[in-house]
Amino acid sequence: METLIILLVGVLTAVAIYLVLSKSLIRVILGTAIFSHAVHLLILSMGGLKKGTVPLLGEEAESYVDALPQALILTAIVISFAVTAFILVLAFRAYQELGTDDLEEMRGVNDE
Amino acid sequence: MMNNIILLPMLLPILVGVVLIFLRAYGRIQAWFSIGVMAVSSGIAFYLLEQVQANGILRLDFGGWEPPFGILFVADSFSLLLVLTTTIVATIILLYALFSAGRFLQTTYFYPTILFLIAGVNGSFLTGDLFNLFVCFEVMLLSSYVLLTLGGNKRQLREAIKYVVINIVSSWFFLVALAYLYGAVGTLNMAHVSVRVAEAGQGPLLTTVSIIFLIVFSLKAGLLLYFWLPGSYSAPPAVTSALFGALLTKVGIYALFRVFSLIFYHQPEITHTIIGAMAAITLVGGSLGAIAFNDIRKIAAYNVVIAVGFILVGLAVSTPNAIEGAIYYLIHDMVIKALLFLLVGTIIALTGTAMLNKMSGLMKNYPMLGWSFFITMLSLAGVPPLSGFIGKVLVSEGAVESGAYGLLTLALLSSLFVLYSLLRIFKNSFWGETIVSKEDQVPLKKMLLVPCLMLVLLTVGLGLGTELISGYVTDAAETLLNPDIYIDAVMGGGES
Repeated sequence: METLIILLVGVLTAVAIYLVLSKSLIRVILGTAIFSHAVHLLILSMGGLKKGTVPLLGEEAESYVDALPQALILTAIVISFAVTAFILVLAFRAYQELGTDDLEEMRGVNDE
Repeated sequence: MMNNIILLPMLLPILVGVVLIFLRAYGRIQAWFSIGVMAVSSGIAFYLLEQVQANGILRLDFGGWEPPFGILFVADSFSLLLVLTTTIVATIILLYALFSAGRFLQTTYFYPTILFLIAGVNGSFLTGDLFNLFVCFEVMLLSSYVLLTLGGNKRQLREAIKYVVINIVSSWFFLVALAYLYGAVGTLNMAHVSVRVAEAGQGPLLTTVSIIFLIVFSLKAGLLLYFWLPGSYSAPPAVTSALFGALLTKVGIYALFRVFSLIFYHQPEITHTIIGAMAAITLVGGSLGAIAFNDIRKIAAYNVVIAVGFILVGLAVSTPNAIEGAIYYLIHDMVIKALLFLLVGTIIALTGTAMLNKMSGLMKNYPMLGWSFFITMLSLAGVPPLSGFIGKVLVSEGAVESGAYGLLTLALLSSLFVLYSLLRIFKNSFWGETIVSKEDQVPLKKMLLVPCLMLVLLTVGLGLGTELISGYVTDAAETLLNPDIYIDAVMGGGES
């Protein structure tokens, strides 16, 4: 199970890298979103994946899932949500002001 | 030693920041509130620093969860020195903002965002948990995104996109490093991680994880991976770039020092060699950048890069002298970079241009400004008795002790480049023929000079009064060099 998830993380990361390296701003943003999903899966699998259990230590629990990675992911999701919201607005404003979403054209002259 | 006050340097700015959001329309009131809360925080930081000298390292376990189970704040001399410097420098920068910021900035959540930024910076310095460090980094970064884009002119938006994307990617690396570290040692409490790493031995896997951390913090600190820095530090208004130049990279440097002295100190021949090489390239790149541009904002930004390289030479060498010197230099650099960016901002506001070749002879127009800049230049170059001197001497001494002559040469050469790059500004903008007559010159608000002169006094004071802070710095260096002191204080249970 862990191997499978790690492979999925690899695929997601590859997709994200491809998107982040493209010229269109909106693709870059989508890439960063996929980046964050990939790493959340990675953290989850680091806690060990078990079938059919919950992260609660009951009185007679025989197996349980490590709860800490889930708490970490929850925090990380909230943060990446906020950052994605911010950069989407930023992209919109930049498009309004600069009239382009092509990163190549956003380089700008150094001594303007 | 448990102490609830440790939380205040992070909590106070957040609380006041939230209140200020509701006072949006009243720019002046917001400014005075922010200055007040920063002054109070610096008082608290100083009180805590004294406490640490008397009682050893302080810690606060949130919710009463004893380490390693809960999140905690740990205050040792190193953290507190940086918190103290941060709050003092922020107070002075806010004072400058009060007199300089236009009505638009004053009323667009400028002050609350600055306070959130400071909260993130202080939190990063104080936390004792690696994931909490990530969260505090994000608090700081999100505020910096907002500050960078406030005003929304074309240049700011363009630079902000690069800055935000770079930082998202580096935050991603941070999470990857945290995931692998958690997978390998099963804890994220810094002291506990350090114990586990020491028990298991720092094998190839953990060294690789440490290198991912190195990449993350280098991106934040601008060590080798500084390509994003000059653009984004030179785009926003003077106040914002002064805050960025003084504080943001320093958090990355702090994290590098903490992680590579507390946790991953077992394989210095790999990690510290890499840090040394990165510092060397940073020094060269920064020096070339500093003399290459005509835009004085760019020159100032490349000076930030050089300082990062210089401080990290101290970590790469890691002798007691070098670490002590690096701490002195870190404190000095926070003060002097704030001053440099404020002066550069003032020059731009007065002349209406950032180009060196379009300004001349300002010395006649604004003598006080000129002499302030002169002192800044000397202090940055490390001329005694100003504050840059002691740090440079100690780091160089450390480099000699451990035979790192290559790094030593580069570090000292970089000082010459710093001097040359600033002399260029001084010569072009202050000397030469006065092109604007006394009658036509843009009047310099007297009050704008007050914060600058306060920082000048601070750099002179730090230089002359090195004795006064040497006790704290020695203690900070000792804790960094002996991880056991830190571990005992955190893991020592309730009785300590």
